[in-house]
This record gives sequence, structure tokens and C-alpha cells, in this order.
Amino acid sequence: MENRLATKFRNVGQYGIFLAFALICLGLALSTPKFFTLSNLMIIGTQVSINALLAFGVTFVIITGGIDLSLGSMVAVAGVLTATFAHPDTYPVIVPIFAGLAGGLILGAFNGLVITKSKVPPFIVTLGTMTIGRGLALILSKGRPISNLSDTFNFIGGGTIFGIPFPIVILILAFIGCSVILNKTILGRYMYAVGGNEPAARASGIRVNRVKMWVYTICGLLSAMGGILLTSRITTGQPNAGAGFELDAIAAAIIGGTSTSGGTGTMTGTLIGALLIGVISNSLDLLNVTSYYQQVVMGAIIIGAVVLDSMGKEKGV
Amino acid sequence: MSDIILHIAGLSKSYSGIKALDHVQLTLKKGEVHALMGENGAGKSTFMKILVGLVKPDSGEIVLEGKRLEHNDVNAILKKGISMIHQEILIIPELTVAQNIFLGREKEITGSRTGWLNDENIVAKATSLLQEMGVDIAADIRMRYLSVAQMQMVEIAKAISNDAKVIIMDEPTSAISDKEVATLFRIIRELKNKGVAIIYISHKMDEIFEIADTITVLRDGKYIATKKAAELDNGSLIAMMVGREIDKMFPEPVAEKGKVVLGVKNLSKKGKFSDISFEVHAGEILGISGLMGAGRTEIAQAIYGLAPADSGIVQINGQEVFIKSPRDAVNFGIGYVSEDRKSLGFIPELSVKQNVTLASLSEHRRGIFISNESEDKAANRIIADLKIKTSGGGQKVTHLSGGNQQKVVIGKVLLSSPQVIILDEPTRGVDVGAKFEIYKLISNLTANGIAVIMISSELPEILGMSDRIMVLSKGIQTAMLTRQEATQELIMKYSVQ
Repeated sequence: MENRLATKFRNVGQYGIFLAFALICLGLALSTPKFFTLSNLMIIGTQVSINALLAFGVTFVIITGGIDLSLGSMVAVAGVLTATFAHPDTYPVIVPIFAGLAGGLILGAFNGLVITKSKVPPFIVTLGTMTIGRGLALILSKGRPISNLSDTFNFIGGGTIFGIPFPIVILILAFIGCSVILNKTILGRYMYAVGGNEPAARASGIRVNRVKMWVYTICGLLSAMGGILLTSRITTGQPNAGAGFELDAIAAAIIGGTSTSGGTGTMTGTLIGALLIGVISNSLDLLNVTSYYQQVVMGAIIIGAVVLDSMGKEKGV
Repeated sequence: MSDIILHIAGLSKSYSGIKALDHVQLTLKKGEVHALMGENGAGKSTFMKILVGLVKPDSGEIVLEGKRLEHNDVNAILKKGISMIHQEILIIPELTVAQNIFLGREKEITGSRTGWLNDENIVAKATSLLQEMGVDIAADIRMRYLSVAQMQMVEIAKAISNDAKVIIMDEPTSAISDKEVATLFRIIRELKNKGVAIIYISHKMDEIFEIADTITVLRDGKYIATKKAAELDNGSLIAMMVGREIDKMFPEPVAEKGKVVLGVKNLSKKGKFSDISFEVHAGEILGISGLMGAGRTEIAQAIYGLAPADSGIVQINGQEVFIKSPRDAVNFGIGYVSEDRKSLGFIPELSVKQNVTLASLSEHRRGIFISNESEDKAANRIIADLKIKTSGGGQKVTHLSGGNQQKVVIGKVLLSSPQVIILDEPTRGVDVGAKFEIYKLISNLTANGIAVIMISSELPEILGMSDRIMVLSKGIQTAMLTRQEATQELIMKYSVQ
């Protein structure tokens, strides 16, 4: 009986973030009429999309008990690669997209390979990849922004479908895809198993290294999607783009209830986490709060979310 | 009545309306070893947590040497003389033995006012303390170099240095060898002579009858009775704990044995075991007995591919197989239930359903997707077959009792349809009622033609269940006994050979 209550308490912790998000939205809608307008919501969705893609990727990684600090650099590498092939009247738009995705795939697979073969902690490996990736982006672009991109390519970040900005369409598709992978596939189940208890997963006959390879590769691909989106939105491939993005992505996952010790987390939680970050920076803009304060607020929210989560767990015991 | 050191009465504690403890009482005399018995979930751990100040009771009183204890502070209670040796020993591995013993009390021990440490002083004090106990542990080495038994001794030394009048020991023998148990019992007896009272928690009956003077039984959070150990025997104690008589602990062995399923020839691993050969037939239980460190678990893990052997042959149905990983073993129809169920058995945050299907998930697939119907069906069948007590297949395994967790692990192995199952200490840390059910379960496996290898430290269990018993000593196979010829004495003789 005690256990059922504990479960309930933990669930409250899980819903807590939804509740907080709903309350904040309600408060904002009441305090500024500009917030709850269709155009503002579209702006938030577009702004959130890149961080959300990265956050989905890193959620997979964190669920398996790992971490990926190279997201921001993968964004830059993918961005530079995609821009290189996206000049007008050169290649069909599929080529720059594949070039960008290839960049993320290679770096992600590299992370996975080194982590599984060397047993060096993911923190260290991806810290290294973060620097390598940044260097590669500078090399590939010769240190200069790559501009003059085709209109078709710029549609990715700037176009709309039935009035919905294309980044939001991508965000929704990625969310569905990632949720399906996590909840409906064998790979997703194995991610929870590996993060929850790696030795037991191995003893159950699960190929742990293969699961990790997949996870870092998927994370690389999602980062690359973020990079392509960003490049298209700012219509330039910037070798310095994406710096610090990994921290926002990790923050979204953690606010959404993904435990840094692995084994728990949901895509819905991460999506809410990313939206919460987006909504708060948007509303602080609307309320004319300077960006310095925004950072303080954001940091407090991250800590607050984790404190709430751990309090829920403690009570549960 | 002045020899009563601790008196507890009417102790109750509820968690959100559910009674974990309901008017529990206990009277402890100086120099007494008082066993606290009960199945898992009987309330022992809540009781002890209250006693050391980790949990606040709702009502009831605790009187230590005539003075009522106000309960809220772990430190204050420690200073008043109640210490606990936890089952999972709480030490800091990178600090020395002496530093661990006096951790948190450096200032008072060394008389330093400034906060500068005087390590020599601490080491000298720890050394004399350990010598007094008669244990041979250097006080200036780092804790992580010690064995579990030695760490336990250090914990006891810490309790003594705290002038403990009451020492609580929670399953102190769960991870130490028979020889070390002897040392522990010697020290317990010395503490007794000095007037220290011990509350002793253990599931091992033989130990209880060897060391305890008095036994208090709890069941479902309620006080059942306190009796002199001499007035009880195994049967009557178990009956008090489970609330009913268990007439027959071990089921009858299955008569029909089939062909040889698993054959092992000259299996060796440097420093662990050498030249091990045996066969297991379908429907047979092969018991493996031996002292801690005899190589029992290592052999099991070598066969299962967790830590492959250096040389030797493993055959399944007469065919030589090469097993390099647990995955290979599962594919060849070998299942392994680890002695260490927490770290190798289950995924705590996953549900019962997700855990039992973990090793056989590829049988419930449609492409890359999991087929929910097929998975649910398999999981529900095994939950019903093994009588796993859950609030539903969706309950997390971490919330189950030890016995049910063990059933989940066995269920997981069964769903991968093995021909051979290796059970390593299948009833460790499991209460009596669940033990009985696990024995029945093992017996059912053999009736279904599965070959079973059972490793156990508990001789009654090995003797009661096995068709044949292989005895190991220091990595060498010293005997293969039939059910008829095996006795406790014979097994012990070959174990120390």
C-alpha cells in the first residue's frame, strides 16, 4: 500500500511540470494580452523548435545514463556543411539536407564509438567532441560565415504550410518520431533498461554497446536537424553558431523530469521543458524584462524543477 | 529490574494512513542478544529506523536506562548509546580505518580546538580499539582495501568507540563467509559480557538459534510475541513469523530424469577455479555447495558468459558451444538468476511487465516495434504462474518485496525459454514464506524438464532440493554426492578439504 502512495507521489512530481507550465501560461495570458495571440504562439513555437530538437536527442542520451555536450558543435558542423551545398542553382535542396545530416551522423557515431570502445565517461568524450566539432566547423567554412543560400533551402526555416511555420511542423514530426522510438520500439525499451541498470541489462542479453551507439547517433542526427533549421532561419552557415545550445537542451530535458542518473524520462516532459524555457524568455521579452534577468530566472527554474522532483522522490521513499 | 537497558512500548507509525508499525514493544536487557524476526515487510526496518532517529514515530515511548528518549536527532541518539551496523555498510572508502571510526568526532577525540587534524593520535586510538576487539586490521590503511567482514568489524569498533550500550545489527552475515561469521559471533559474545545489548536481525534460522538469547517476532507491523530462544525451534519460530504452519519446506524431487542437457568438461579460469566437469540432466537439480570464495558463482558466470573461462568445453545437448556473452548464453537456452539481484537481476525503474519480458523482447516484435498484446500476454501469464504479488503489471519492480523481486528475475529467465537454469543463491534475503514458494517453483521447473543448477550457502536448502550435489573447495571440485549419501557433515568435510 505504501508503495502505491509512493507511485502516486512521484506521478504528482511528473505532472508538476505540466501544472507549472499551465499556470505560467495562464498568468501570462492574464497579464499581457499580447501573449495568447496566434502570432505570438507561432513565434514561440518557431523559437523553441531548435532547442526542442536538441533536447529530444539529449533525452535519449540521458535516459541511457549518458550525457552529450557536443550538441552545439554538431549544430555548427551541420550548419556549415548544409550551407556549403545550399547556394542557389547548384544542387537540389535534398543535397544540403543530407550533407548536414551526415555531419551530425558522423560526429554522433564517433561519440558512440569512443564511449563504447574506450569506457571513457561520456562527459569527457563529448567534451572533446565539442571542441573537435567547433574546430571542424571553422575549418570547413574557413572561419567565415557562408551566405547566399537558395530560396528553397531558406523555406525550411522561414516558410509556412497552411499558415504554420515549417519549423513547427518539423518540431511536431520530430516529437512524434522520438516518442514512438522511446515508447513503442525495442530500442526504446532497451534505452530505459541500460540507463536503469546497465549490468542487469547486459546480463539479460541486451547488446548494451549497440544501444549506446544508436543513442549517440540519433542525438547527432537531431542536432544536425537543429543545425539545418538554424542555418535556414538565419540564411547563413555560421561556424560559431550553436555555442551553448547543449546547456539549454539539457536544461529542457531535466526540467521535463529526465533524471541525470538515467533510467527515467519522457519526450512529453522534455517538450514541456523546452516550451517552458521558450515561453518564459518570450514573456520576459513581452514584459520588457532585460535579458540579464532572464538568465537568472531561467537558472532558478532549472534548480526549482529538480528540487521539486527530488522532493517528490524523497517523500515517495 | 535494573538490568533493563531499553524499553519500548506502544510504538506506532503510519505512512499516509497505512500502519507500518502498530503498537510494537520490546524490552532489552544488558548483555542480551535479542533477535528481531519477521518476514520482509513485517516492520523491522521501520522499527529500527525509529530507534536510531531516522524516522519519527507517531506515538509510543522509548526509554533508555530509565530516561525517555525524545526522537528527532540521529546524532543525539548515537551519543546516548544506540548504534546501528547497517546491512549495506556505510563507509568512506578513500579514508583510512581510523578516520572512518572517528568520522565526525575528530575534534573531541584529539582535543583539537582549531580544526587541525592530528592523524597519529586518531590512528593510535583506533589501533588500541581494534586490538582490544582482537581483530587484526591496520588502522592506517584505506577502507577500500578491506573485505566486507573487516569493514563490519570497523563499524563495530566505531560503535564501541561511541560507548554504545545498544548495537543494532541488520543482517550482518549476509555477505561474509562462515569463518568470518565465527569471528563476528566471538565479538558479539565479548560485547555481551561487557553488558552491551545487541538487537540482531537476520533471516538465517541456524544463526539465530546459535547467537540469540531472546526472540521477538513481528508480523504485518504488529508485535506477535517475545520468547526465550531455548523455548523455540525452527518450526515454531517460522509458524510465528508467517502465521501458519509450513508442514513441508522442500517438495519431493521429480523421479523422471531425461537426457544430459548441459555438459561441462575441464572448465578452468586462472585464480578462480580449475578442471571443473559435470553434467546436468533434464528434470534434475544439481546443487553446488562450497564456502564463500570456493568459485561457485565464478563457474556459473563463466558458463553464462558474464566472465568466460580460460579453457574447457561447454556442451548443450551434446553439441559444443562457445559462449562469450550473456546474449550467446540466452540464445543457447541457458538462463542465469544472479545472487546479486539488485545489480544484475532487474531494472528498478521499469515495471514488472517490462522486466519479465526484457530477455525475450525480440519474441514480441513487429518489425522494430514492440507488440503490446503479445508482450502483455506473456507477462500476465508469468505473473500468474509465479504468483508475483503486484498491484498490476505496471508496478515498478523497485517497490516489490525481496521475494517478489526474485520471482520477477526468475520470470524473466523463464520467458526466454531456457533448457538450463542456473540459480545462484535463489533465496538470499528472501523471507520464509517466499522461500517456500520459490522451492515449489524450482520443483515445477524440473517437472517441466528444465535442468536446474542451484548454488546455495544454506546447507538445508542444498540437501532438501538437490538430486546430486557438487562440492567445491578453493576452486577445485572435491566431491559429487548423490541425494542419498549427502549429509551436512559430509558436505562440510569436502568444503574445507
